[in-house]
Amino acid sequence: MKSSIEVHNLTTAYGGAPVLWDIDFQLPTGQIIGIIGPNGSGKTTLLKTIMGLLDPASGFVKVFDQPLDKVREKVAYVPQRESVDWDFPASVYDVVMMGRYRKYNLFKRTKDPDREIVLQSIEKVGLSEFKDRQISRLSGGQQQRVFVARALAQGADLYLMDEPFVGVDAATENSILNLLSEMKNEGKTVVIIHHDLQTVSDYFDYLLLLNTRLIARGTPAEVLTKENLTNAYGGQLTLLSKVVNLIKQNEFPIREKDSDV
Amino acid sequence: MNDFWIILTASLVAINSALLGSFLVLRKMSMIGDAISHAVLPGIVVAYYFSEDKASIFLLLGATLTGVLTSLIIDFLSKKAKIQGDASIGITYTLLFAVGMIMISGWMQGNVDIDLDCVLYGDIALVNMDKVIVDGNLYVGPRAFYIEFLGFAIIGFCLWIGFKGFKLLSFNEDYARSLGIATGRWHYFLMGLVSLTTVVSFEVVGAVLVVGFLIIPAATAQLMTDKLKPMLLYACGFGILAVIIGYFTAVYFDVSITGSMVSVSTLIFLAITVLKRRKRQTKALLKSSTDLRG
Ligand SMILES: Nc1ncnc2c1ncn2[C@@H]1O[C@H](COP(=O)(O)OP(=O)(O)OP(=O)(O)O)[C@@H](O)[C@H]1O
Ligand SMILES: [Mg+2]
Repeated sequence: MKSSIEVHNLTTAYGGAPVLWDIDFQLPTGQIIGIIGPNGSGKTTLLKTIMGLLDPASGFVKVFDQPLDKVREKVAYVPQRESVDWDFPASVYDVVMMGRYRKYNLFKRTKDPDREIVLQSIEKVGLSEFKDRQISRLSGGQQQRVFVARALAQGADLYLMDEPFVGVDAATENSILNLLSEMKNEGKTVVIIHHDLQTVSDYFDYLLLLNTRLIARGTPAEVLTKENLTNAYGGQLTLLSKVVNLIKQNEFPIREKDSDV
Repeated sequence: MNDFWIILTASLVAINSALLGSFLVLRKMSMIGDAISHAVLPGIVVAYYFSEDKASIFLLLGATLTGVLTSLIIDFLSKKAKIQGDASIGITYTLLFAVGMIMISGWMQGNVDIDLDCVLYGDIALVNMDKVIVDGNLYVGPRAFYIEFLGFAIIGFCLWIGFKGFKLLSFNEDYARSLGIATGRWHYFLMGLVSLTTVVSFEVVGAVLVVGFLIIPAATAQLMTDKLKPMLLYACGFGILAVIIGYFTAVYFDVSITGSMVSVSTLIFLAITVLKRRKRQTKALLKSSTDLRG
C-alpha cells in the first residue's frame, strides 16, 4: 500500500538540543491518524518539519513517496489557532479564500470556480451565516472552523491539522469529526495532533505516540498500552492508569456512528 | 503656489508611507520601518557621491537596495547568529547609520546638496528651490514632487499586482510557506518597497520623521475598519489630513513643518482612540440599561 507520509531518521532542533530525535515511520493512506504526546514533546515541530517550515538537522520526509515540493498541491496544513493574529482585517471569506492561493496565481485575479469552492467549504463547516464577519468577532471554535474550511478549500488529499479540537465545544467537535470521516470515505488522509487521551481510541484509526522520540505507532489498541503511555507521559501515572482502565473497560467498542459508515 | 506644491509633495510622501506602513503595522514590524529609514543613509550618500550635481533618480533607486541589505543583515543576526530580534535591529541600523554619517562628514564636506541636517530632518520648506523647468521657462513643479511621484507609481503598481501575496504574508506566513509560496522573496519585496519610500522621502521629511508617516496613519486606520483595502485608504486619508492641517499650523505658528505634520498625525490618532472608546462605552451603557429594563 502507498504511504501518505514517510519520515526517515528525522532529527529537528531549534538551535539547542534536538526536539525530535531520530524519528522513523510510515503512515498509511485513507485513514484518520492521530499524533499524541505530552506538551513540548515535539508534535507541532513534527508537523512543521513535514511541511518544510523547519529544516531538519538530519533525515528526510517524503509525502506520497515524493519530496514535498513535488506534491504541495495535495497537502493542506492547518496551523495552531494561536499562531496568527485574529485582529487582522479580514473576513471569514477572505481567510478561506487563501486556501485557493497558489504560487502561480498570486498575481492573477480570483476566478469564479474558486469563489464557488470557498463558499462550499464555508458551508461544510457551518459558517455560512458568518462569512462576511471579521475574524476577531468569532468564537474560538468558529475560528478553528475557519482554519478547517481554508484547508478544505485547498482540495488536498492529505490534511495535517495542529490541534483542531482545542477550544471547540462537543457539538462542533462532532461536526468536524463527521467532516473528517466523510473525507476519509473519499480516500483522503487526515493527520491530527490531539490532546484528549480519552477520545483517541474513538477518533483515530492509527496513532503516533511521541515524546522527542517516537514511542510507539500502530492501531490504538497497539499503542495505548500502559507501558507506552508511561514511557511517553512519565510521572503522571494516576491519570494514566485511569485512561488505561477506561480503555480496557470499553475494549475499543465500535461506536454506532462508526458502524453505519 | 509654493504652499500648493509643498502640500502636494508631502501628501505623496504620506500616501506612499501609509500604504507600506499599513503592512508593517499588520506584521508588527514597525521597528523595521524605523531601522530601514535610518539604514538607507549610506546608500543615499553613495547616490549623491557618484552623481555630479543632484543624485540621479536611478542612483536613488540603487540606494533602495541598502534597505533590503539591512533587513537581510537583521534576519541573519536574529535567525543564524541567534541574537534577539530587537537587538539585531538596533545593532544593524545604528551601524549603517553611523557609516553614513562618517561618509557625509568625510566625503561630502562642501557639498551644498547634502548635509546631516537635511538627511535627518528633510527640507520640506525648500522643496520649491529645486525646480523642474521645461521649455526654458515653464515651471512644472519641484523636483522632489516628481521623485515622490515616481515612487508612488512604483509602490502603487507593486501593491496592486502583489496584493494577495502581501495580504497572505501579513496574516499567516507559515501557511503561505505550506502552500509553497516563497515568503522570503515576498518579505524582501516588501522591505524593498519600504526602503524605496524612505529613500524618495528623505529629502522632504528626513530620515527621522518618515517613520511617523509610515506608522501613525496606518495605526489610526486600523482603528477605523476591519477590512484590508479600506484600511489602506483610511491610512492614506489620515496621512493627507495630517499633512494639510500640519502645514497650515506650522506656517501659522512659524514652527517646523514636518514636526507639525507628525504631531498632528499623533493628535488624530489619539482623538480617534478616545472617540472609539467613548463609542464602545456608550454602547455598553445602552446595552446594560436595556438589559435592566428588559
Ligand atoms: N520556536 C522555537 N524556538 C525554540 N524552541 C522551541 C520553539 N518552538 C518549540 N520549541 C521547543 O521545542 C519543544 C517541542 O515543541 P512543540 O511545539 O513541537 O511541542 P508540542 O508537542 O506541539 O507541544 P504542545 O502540546 O504544547 O503544543 C518544546 O520543548 C519547545 O520548548
Ligand atoms: Mg503544539
